[in-house]
Amino acid sequence: MIKLAWTYVRLGVLNEMQYRANFFVAIVQSLLGVAVAIAVLALVYSKTNALDGWSQSELLVVLGVQILLGGVIHATIQPNMERLTQEVQDGKLDFALVKPADSQLLISLRELRLWQLVDVISGAVVIAVGVSRLQTSVGAGHAFAFLALLLIGASLLYCFWLVLATGSFWVVNMWFLSDLFEGIYQVGRWPIGVYPGWLRYSMTYLVPIGFAVTVPAQAMTHRLAWTTVALAVGFAVVVFFVTRWFWRFGLRRYSGASA
Amino acid sequence: MSSQQSAVRSYVDFYATGIRTQILTQFQYRVAMYMYTLGMVTEPVIYLVVWRTIARQHGGAINGVGAGQIAAYYIVWTLVRTFNVVFTPFGWEERIREGQFSSQLLRPLHPVHYDMAWFAGHKIPWLVMYAPIAVALSLVFHPTLDPRAIEVVVFIVAIWGAYVIRSLNHFVLGMLTLLTTRATSIFQIWFLSELLLSGRLVPLTFMPEWSQSIAAWLPFKWTFYFPIEALVGSMSTHTLLTGLLWQCLWTLIGSALVWGSFRIAVKHYSAVGN
Repeated sequence: MIKLAWTYVRLGVLNEMQYRANFFVAIVQSLLGVAVAIAVLALVYSKTNALDGWSQSELLVVLGVQILLGGVIHATIQPNMERLTQEVQDGKLDFALVKPADSQLLISLRELRLWQLVDVISGAVVIAVGVSRLQTSVGAGHAFAFLALLLIGASLLYCFWLVLATGSFWVVNMWFLSDLFEGIYQVGRWPIGVYPGWLRYSMTYLVPIGFAVTVPAQAMTHRLAWTTVALAVGFAVVVFFVTRWFWRFGLRRYSGASA
Repeated sequence: MSSQQSAVRSYVDFYATGIRTQILTQFQYRVAMYMYTLGMVTEPVIYLVVWRTIARQHGGAINGVGAGQIAAYYIVWTLVRTFNVVFTPFGWEERIREGQFSSQLLRPLHPVHYDMAWFAGHKIPWLVMYAPIAVALSLVFHPTLDPRAIEVVVFIVAIWGAYVIRSLNHFVLGMLTLLTTRATSIFQIWFLSELLLSGRLVPLTFMPEWSQSIAAWLPFKWTFYFPIEALVGSMSTHTLLTGLLWQCLWTLIGSALVWGSFRIAVKHYSAVGN
């Protein structure tokens, strides 16, 4: 399994290295995105000192996590899921399904947009700036919890994307998927506690943005309770198995459309 | 019938048919439309929640704008945003790569008309889908909205004006794809400028004075802020009508740019396709 994943990563890297100029385009886009996001934060904090108890520096950490995870999604998850929905529509998914490997693994690894990982660096820099401006220092325990929760967050977002993309077995025309996700993902720019209850719960348990973005940021800003960590781990395990079941359920419905 | 009358009649027929076709087509993809609308509605809801939270922390208002007015601004924003959806300049890359642009050049009308008719037809089904969402948002966020008749009329004209201006601007941006392979960075700058200077992110009155001055000289505010404020704000009749004139001016500028950029871009175009 690891060998297969490594082969696809290498292929993806080789493919992206053919378009090296895109690296500079990605840098420009990432810098612009970060600049606007910081301008928005500055605008908000020109009207207030704290948003739902979060200071500007703490919100920088939230913003950084959102940008960093966004980079991971755009580089690895989203391109694979878009390819999946397109192949279901075109009837080309058969080519992946007949290969002697786990179908979920295969459809999740085939694409890599290396240059989008620039956002991972941008996000990390924003987090570092936010943390450096905090009144309290961050210990090794917090940093470890942060990294572990980031990993959990990425896996939760992968599961959410896969559930959405699996929907293409029922709703064949899924052109809206990226727009839908991009819209919803913006919720992560702000701490989940800011939102009213109905939105907070749906953006935590239905769309796991609260767990993916706010919870890792809590680890770096001394707001994390261990019960939240346990809940995040338990929730991620449940979501992973439910997603796997849903993928297989969807596959049973797929009848292929190729000649 | 003179040839001029006949040409106008042809355009009217073309748009009517294009719009009718798209209405029928889009109603067949109701789930897709709802999902797309849901993604679009999320953005204003986020801004609404953030600014409402700040307003509540400061006695219920920011710069004299109350929580109910902020709610009204962003709920009307969602409607304006729906009307502002046009063909994305990012889509031109695929059109050129797939050879679709070659076939567009063979058609009898300028390509901008096909896009404008196509997306104009989307508005009606979107409006139908959007109505229950607007009701739900109103029940949750309690907007303060009490427009005069003239404001409603200007709003209806202004959202179509905004659609035309944005269509023309995006077409001009799309033409850059034929001149450079790095057009996406330019698009990104354009969209981020729009985000900050159109009233899309926040009501322009929340922005610093200097950015409001810049916004006054750009087309962005006439595609978001003006239509929204026409319904939500308390503009005088004179300001409302002047705003429509500004939209006319930006439509003329956009039309000239579409004409010029298309001529330049086509000269650089080398066909791709089967």
